[in-house]
Amino acid sequence: MGRRSFIKSVSLAGGGLIIGFNWLACQGPTEEGGKELAMQMPEEWFELNGYLKIGDNGIVTIYSPNPEIGQNVKTSMPMIVAEELDVDWNNVVVEQAPLNTEVFTRQLAGGSQSIRQGWQSLRTAGATARQMLLTAAAKQWEVPVSELSVENGIISHKNSDRTIGYGEIAKAAVNVEIPEVVELKNIDSFKIIGTSRKNVDAKKIVTGQPLFGIDTFKEGMLIAMIVQPPAFGMEFKTMDAAKAKGMPGIKDVFTIDTYPDDMEKEWSDVAAFSKLVVVVGESTWQVMQAKKEVKVEWDLNPKLVKQIEILEKSAGMDGVSGLESTSIYMTLMSDVGSKKSEIVRRDGNPEKAFENAARVIERSYTCPFLSHNCMEPMNFFADVSGGKAELLGPIQTPEFAEKSVNKRLGLDLENIDIQMTRMGGGFGRRLYGHFLVEAAVISEKMGTPIKLVYSREDDMTNGVYRPAYHVTYRAALDANNKLTAFHVNAGGIPESPLFANRFPAGAIENYLAESWSMESNISTGAFRAPRSNFIAGAEQSFLDELSEEMDQDPIQFRLDLLDRAGKNPVGEENDYDAARYAGVLKLARDKSGWNNNTGLSRGVAAYYCHNSYVAQILDLSVKNNQPSVDKVTCAVDCGIVVNPDAAKNMVEGGTIDGIGHALYSEMTFKDGVPQQSNFDTYRLIRHKEAPKTIDVHFIENGIDPTGLGEPPFPPIQGALANALYKATGKRFYDQPFISHMQDDLKT
Amino acid sequence: MAEFSININGEKHNVNVDPSTPLLWVLRDHLKMVGTKYGCGIAQCGACTVHFNGTAVRSCQLPISAAIDNKITTIEGLSEHGDHPVQKAWLEHDVPQCGYCQAGQIMTASALLKQNPNPSDKDIDNAMSGNICRCGTYIRIKAAIKTASDSQL
Ligand code: FES
Ligand code: FES
Repeated sequence: MGRRSFIKSVSLAGGGLIIGFNWLACQGPTEEGGKELAMQMPEEWFELNGYLKIGDNGIVTIYSPNPEIGQNVKTSMPMIVAEELDVDWNNVVVEQAPLNTEVFTRQLAGGSQSIRQGWQSLRTAGATARQMLLTAAAKQWEVPVSELSVENGIISHKNSDRTIGYGEIAKAAVNVEIPEVVELKNIDSFKIIGTSRKNVDAKKIVTGQPLFGIDTFKEGMLIAMIVQPPAFGMEFKTMDAAKAKGMPGIKDVFTIDTYPDDMEKEWSDVAAFSKLVVVVGESTWQVMQAKKEVKVEWDLNPKLVKQIEILEKSAGMDGVSGLESTSIYMTLMSDVGSKKSEIVRRDGNPEKAFENAARVIERSYTCPFLSHNCMEPMNFFADVSGGKAELLGPIQTPEFAEKSVNKRLGLDLENIDIQMTRMGGGFGRRLYGHFLVEAAVISEKMGTPIKLVYSREDDMTNGVYRPAYHVTYRAALDANNKLTAFHVNAGGIPESPLFANRFPAGAIENYLAESWSMESNISTGAFRAPRSNFIAGAEQSFLDELSEEMDQDPIQFRLDLLDRAGKNPVGEENDYDAARYAGVLKLARDKSGWNNNTGLSRGVAAYYCHNSYVAQILDLSVKNNQPSVDKVTCAVDCGIVVNPDAAKNMVEGGTIDGIGHALYSEMTFKDGVPQQSNFDTYRLIRHKEAPKTIDVHFIENGIDPTGLGEPPFPPIQGALANALYKATGKRFYDQPFISHMQDDLKT
Repeated sequence: MAEFSININGEKHNVNVDPSTPLLWVLRDHLKMVGTKYGCGIAQCGACTVHFNGTAVRSCQLPISAAIDNKITTIEGLSEHGDHPVQKAWLEHDVPQCGYCQAGQIMTASALLKQNPNPSDKDIDNAMSGNICRCGTYIRIKAAIKTASDSQL
C-alpha cells in the first residue's frame, strides 16, 4: 500500500495522548490454560495510528476494526497488527473499535472478507508504528535505523548494549513523520501469525460478563418490544392499546414506520415489516405481558398481495389467497424451473450435444426458506436526544446503519455514534439493521434511552430469510459413457442461486447455465454463504450421481474435470483455480483414507466460495432412519492460516451448521404465516446429532489469507447427501433431508 | 407486584416484581446479572440455565415465587475467580465462537459433572442436548467436559 492511501486510512494518526480509556472494557490475554496475566495500567497512552496505541509501560492496545460475530476476528485481526509491530502478544490488549470511517475501511462482517480485505492495512498499520518507534529510538541514540533491531517490543542497538522498550520511546515516536513506505515482514519470519492464540474475550464469556448488545444497561433506560403482523402480506390497520397501557410498568404503546415510502434506502434497509406496534416499559417481562394485551387489527396489504395473485394465476392455481404458502411456492418453483430461462453462460453447442446424447441424466433439487436464528435475538440500544444519537449493539453493517439513521432521523453523520458489541451470532441476519433504526426511532419518540429487544418468536417470524431455491441439472452422456454436455437451470424466491462461472464451468466442452427468479412478499437476505449455501450441495450431489452413472470414483471424476479445467479451460471466465480446488480434494482423500473400507457410508464434496477452497468427506451410519455422523474430514485452502486453532473451530462450526440445516431445518408458511416460531417447532442440530469427530487439515501455501466464516458451510451439505445415499440407497434431493427419511418410515 | 428475597450466589437480594416473573428476567433486568442468557423463553435452548439447589434448571421457566428459600447459582457465581474446572477446560479448548450460548452450556455441564463425575459420551449427549449452540461448538464442548471430568478425578 502506498503512503497516500495509508495516510488517508490513518488520518487520526499521531493523536498523542488519549484520555478516557475504559480499562474495564478491554480484555487482557490469557496464557495457555487460562491463567490471566497481570497487567499494569499505563499512566499515559500514545496513539501511533488509528489501529493502536502504546502505553508508557509497553502495554499495547490494538483496536479490532471489524464486527465480531463469532468468526473470531477480534483475536485474529489484532494478531496481524501485533505481528508487524513486533510485540509480545501477552502485552497486547484488544479493544473493539467503534465505527470510524475516517480511520478504517470496510468495518463490516460479511462475505468472509474481514481477514482477506484487512490483511494489507492491518499489516501496514503494525509495520508503520514499528518503523516510527525505531526511527524515534535511532534519533534518541543518534545511530542509523539500520543498526537497530526489535524483538517483543524491545528495541536494541547492534553495536552497543543499549535497549529501549516501546513504552519508553512511544512518546517520541508520536512526533515522527509517518513513513512513506514501510517494509512488511517476510512471511517466513512470522511469530504470531500461524500460531494458535486464544479468543481474547474467552475469559469474559466463560464468566458471564456483559459483552453482548442484549446485556446493555444504562441509567434511565426503558425496554421496547414490537408487535408485528402475523403474516407476510399483511399490515397494521388499527389497535386498541388501552388495557396494555394500563398494565404495571408500561410507559407507552404506539406505532412506528421504520422505513417510510419516501425514505431513500440503503441496500441493508430490509425489513419484514416497516410499520410496527411498539410497547415500551420498565422491564422485559412486563413488556412481554403487555404485548399480549394489545388488540391489533391487521389488514391485507393490497400491493403485496397483488403480486402473488398474479403468480398464482399464471401457474393456473385456484382459490388464490394472495398470501404465500409453502405448498404453493413449491409447485410454482418446479413449474417455473422446468421452463427455459435466461441464458447466463453458453459454451460450445449444448443443445446439439443433448440431442445427440445416448443418455441424459436429469435431477432437480430444492431447499426451503431458513431463519438465521442467531442465539442472541435482534436487539439494539439507542439514546437519541438533542440532535445526537448514541447507538450500541450487535450490527454487521455499522457504516450503512449510520447512513440509514442519518436519512431516517435527519441527524448529521458526525452526531451519530455507533458502538459495536460482540454479537451472539450473525450469519447474515445482522447485515440488515432495521432493528437499529427502529431503536433510534423509538428512543427519539420516547425521549429516553431504550433497549429494543426481540423475543425469540419476534425474531424468528420477522425473518430476512434465506431464500427458497430450486435447481435442475442435466448431463449428456455419449455411447461410451463420456460426459459431453452439462446444463444447469437455477432459480428461487426471490433470487437465483446460480454462479454460472464456477466449476464445473470451464471443465466441459458444451455447457449451458440458465437463471430465473420469482417475486415474493417474504423478506429475504444473505444467509451464511449466500446462494452457495444451496447450490454447492445440489451440484455436489449431482456430480456424485453422475460419477456413479459413469462408473467412476467420485473423487477421481472431479479431479479429471479439474485437470481439464486447469490445462485447457473452456471459456474465458472461470472463477476458480483448478489446482487449488484439486489440492483440497486430494488432501481430503489422503487424510480420510478414502480407499479404505471403514464399514461406514461415505460421501465427498468440494466447493470454492468466498475465496477459499474446502473439501469434505463425511462418514455416517443410519439406524431407524436416524443418521449418525461418525466423522468428517475437512481439507481447507484459505492461504495463510492466521490463528490455526480458531480457524479449526470455524471449520468445525461451519461443518456442523451445514449438516444441521440440510438435515433438520426449514421455515414454512401457510397463508403468509410462518409456521415455526421458536425452537420447539424449528429444529436446529443439537449436541447428540453432531459428528463425533471432525478432522481439519489446512493446505500450506503462503498465499495471502482468505476467510473461513462461510466456505465450510456449503459443501458439507453435498457430502451429507452423498453419504446418506450410500447408507440408504436413496438419493436426497429436497432439504431438509430428515423429513424425507421419515416419509419412508411412514410408508 | 410483591417483595421477594432470593439467594443468588450466596447473597441475599430483595426485588419487587410480579410473582410470575421468571428468574431469568429478575436476574437480567433487576439484578443486572446478565451472564444468564435469554434464547427462547420456552425451555428449548438452555441459554438461561442456572443451578437450583445444585441442579441445572431453565431460569426462563422458574417464576420468582418458586425461587425463594432456594440456593441459586448463576454463571457469575460458579467460581470466585472464573477457575471452576469446567471454565478452565472451556478456556483450554477455546470453545466459544460467538459465545452467547456458553454460559448455559457451562452451567449444564457443571451440574452434570457434579452428579456424574465421569460421564460417558452418551451421558454427555443426553445431558447437553437441551442446550443449543447455533455456532456448532458441540465437539469442543464435549472435549472440554471430558477434560474437566478428568481434572476432577
Ligand atoms: S431461554 Fe430458557 S431455555 Fe431458552
Ligand atoms: S457459541 Fe455461538 S451459539 Fe454457541
